[in-house]
Amino acid sequence: MGETNTQGIILDPWFDHYAERSSGLSASEVRSLFAVANRPEVVSLAGGMPYVRAISSDQIKNTMARVIDNSGPEALQYGPGQGHPLLREHITRIMALEGIAARPDDVVVTTGSQHGLDLVARLFINPGDIVLAESPSYVGALGVFRSYQADVRHVPMDEEGIIPSALTDTIEAAQSEGRSIKMIYLIPNFQNPAGVTLSAARRLEIIDIAESAGILIVEDNPYGLLWFDQPAPPAMRAAGDKGIIYLGSFSKTLAPGLRVGWVVAPHGIREKLILANEAAVLSPSSFSQLVVADYLSHNDWQSQITEFRELYRERRDAMVTALAHELPGIHHTTPGGGFFLWLTLPDGLNSKEMLPRAVTELVAYTPGTAFFADSRGTQHMRLAFCYPTPERIAEGVSRLAKVIREEVELINTFGPTSTSTDRTEHVASPPPNLA
Amino acid sequence: MSQAPSVLVLSGGISHERDISLRSGRLVADDLEAHGVTVTLADPDATLVDRLRSERPDVVWPVLHGASGEDGALRSLLEMMGIRYVGSPSAATRLAWDKPSAKTLVERAGVHTPESISLSRDAFRELGAESVLGVVSDTLGFPVVVKPARGGSAQGVSWVSSTEELRRAMVHAFTYSDDALIERQIIGTEICVGIIDTGDGPIALPSVEIEPVSGHYTFEARYTAGETRFFSPARRDEAELSHAASQALLVHTTLGLRDLSRIDFIVDKTGTAWFLEASVMPGLTETSTVALALDQAGYDVGGVYRALAEQAYRRGV
Repeated sequence: MGETNTQGIILDPWFDHYAERSSGLSASEVRSLFAVANRPEVVSLAGGMPYVRAISSDQIKNTMARVIDNSGPEALQYGPGQGHPLLREHITRIMALEGIAARPDDVVVTTGSQHGLDLVARLFINPGDIVLAESPSYVGALGVFRSYQADVRHVPMDEEGIIPSALTDTIEAAQSEGRSIKMIYLIPNFQNPAGVTLSAARRLEIIDIAESAGILIVEDNPYGLLWFDQPAPPAMRAAGDKGIIYLGSFSKTLAPGLRVGWVVAPHGIREKLILANEAAVLSPSSFSQLVVADYLSHNDWQSQITEFRELYRERRDAMVTALAHELPGIHHTTPGGGFFLWLTLPDGLNSKEMLPRAVTELVAYTPGTAFFADSRGTQHMRLAFCYPTPERIAEGVSRLAKVIREEVELINTFGPTSTSTDRTEHVASPPPNLA
Repeated sequence: MSQAPSVLVLSGGISHERDISLRSGRLVADDLEAHGVTVTLADPDATLVDRLRSERPDVVWPVLHGASGEDGALRSLLEMMGIRYVGSPSAATRLAWDKPSAKTLVERAGVHTPESISLSRDAFRELGAESVLGVVSDTLGFPVVVKPARGGSAQGVSWVSSTEELRRAMVHAFTYSDDALIERQIIGTEICVGIIDTGDGPIALPSVEIEPVSGHYTFEARYTAGETRFFSPARRDEAELSHAASQALLVHTTLGLRDLSRIDFIVDKTGTAWFLEASVMPGLTETSTVALALDQAGYDVGGVYRALAEQAYRRGV
């Protein structure tokens, strides 16, 4: 461990060498609590893990065997930096379901869409550049933007998604500061974490606003096909190129363990994305790409998606019913698809500070603070209904209701307390492998 | 090397400190294995008791922080089942786990400990927060430290310098425990003294001085390598360190601790060592002060762990 000297013992001797962008990557009290969430006693409403058990393991086994039998050497070799042509063809057919007309050559395959977002951020964001995002926004995207030292500005949203007039106001405010706005990051369908969907009319308004202001739109669409009540409106990218970068993923419609996603971008950006992809990973996993392509070729994957829809709809219904029963009057969104709903706590409650009590009561959720680049979100939490069974969801909501009641009593005793400004809030969300 | 007893290392559990326990347990298991000990690592759950009954491990090492790992419950069960284990006996564990009880006992033994009050959540509800906090702030003044009465790793701990902060700190502490300790903050040097006893009586390891970059030894400062500077021995004069070591041994014996413990103090400007808390199962992660002190004292960490396991085996239940 080293000798004591006038500087003392520094257990990480490289501590002063890290880049500025790594600031805040510290151990976190909140994050450590999520370690309890993978215990079977705990009902985790925290993580957004797809219910992959719904996929036939025989189908996956057969798929993998075929890939090795038919294309073994290719599957085990480096591949093109843009991704495998066969998979890119499949991807265009999937995007057509949401109204997007694209050619295989428009697609860049990435190691999950998270990697696609990282590449886009790498290409565009200089330290201090402004990125506009919904309020709240996906914690994983905020982590990417932070790592490129972006200044994230949240734009208010309501039950119809991001509010166009608020977007205009935010753009004007940033422009009046003489700042560079590089992109608007949106999850139009069944948004993570709020569960709301951007209305069709607003999609066109947002595209017009962005086009007029010369700002790229990054449309992240992992949940679009997982609708419950009615299909989501056509993707924003369906309106044409118009400065829209589209991120797609197989993580929710097939399996996140394969780590396959994609980006569709205007031509000039696409060429740079391919080079950036090669610089980062040389090529996306050939094996995973061929597995996905073979699965899509040999299985009725649309039926599988229908099965997912029914499964998640049942779980959404279980959560909404349990909330109505256990916490009548509490406000939450009712998503028409996807994995999450957004709950607003009674005045004075702080979801982040309440988490230890919840863990004691064997239920976990993600505090709202994880979904803001600033210190907002304390009065909110994200509840995920994708992984636990309906029975476990009911039990989890019952435990959560007890926690909230006790916390209300505590706040009644002490009065509302000021909100936290914890510098590690941006990482205070569950790691991706936690149910 | 003679045949070592097999050891079942328990780590994880469902306490708030599960994450830390998993890390400590993995390191203890690795160090034991490197020293020829056959180790099984297990996360205690509903199958544990049946497993203990059927497998009857030579020795159990509960590397568990918080909840049943440090409140004495699991150790009581091991004693009842006649299973040998490393660490302090259940009764002592229970005393050390409850910070107000530990402070009372060590104070009676002549060790300084900061003036404090322990208050339950119910007390505030019944008597009213404003009036109770008013008495507390008038009596203890500021700054104070508010912490859950039970628990470790600085979870739920706040450093407070005003009444408004105090209300918030109480809410924070009560989310971890139904009782909270409000303690006058002593300004001085924060030190930890590890105690080991491998059969020849308890020995105080070299003190470790803690200097968090942020100013407070928070959860982040404890478990992020680089966010704290350590000095071992602490940068105080020899007489002060000798005094702190003797006080640590006195705490260890007064509370009836065994095998391994960590005693935390603040040494003020006069050289007085103020007892803060004792840990019966100190963290043994890469950033833990006991592992650092063993290393500084020239001990082979794995060798000490093996000696503790062998001692537990010889000792019986």
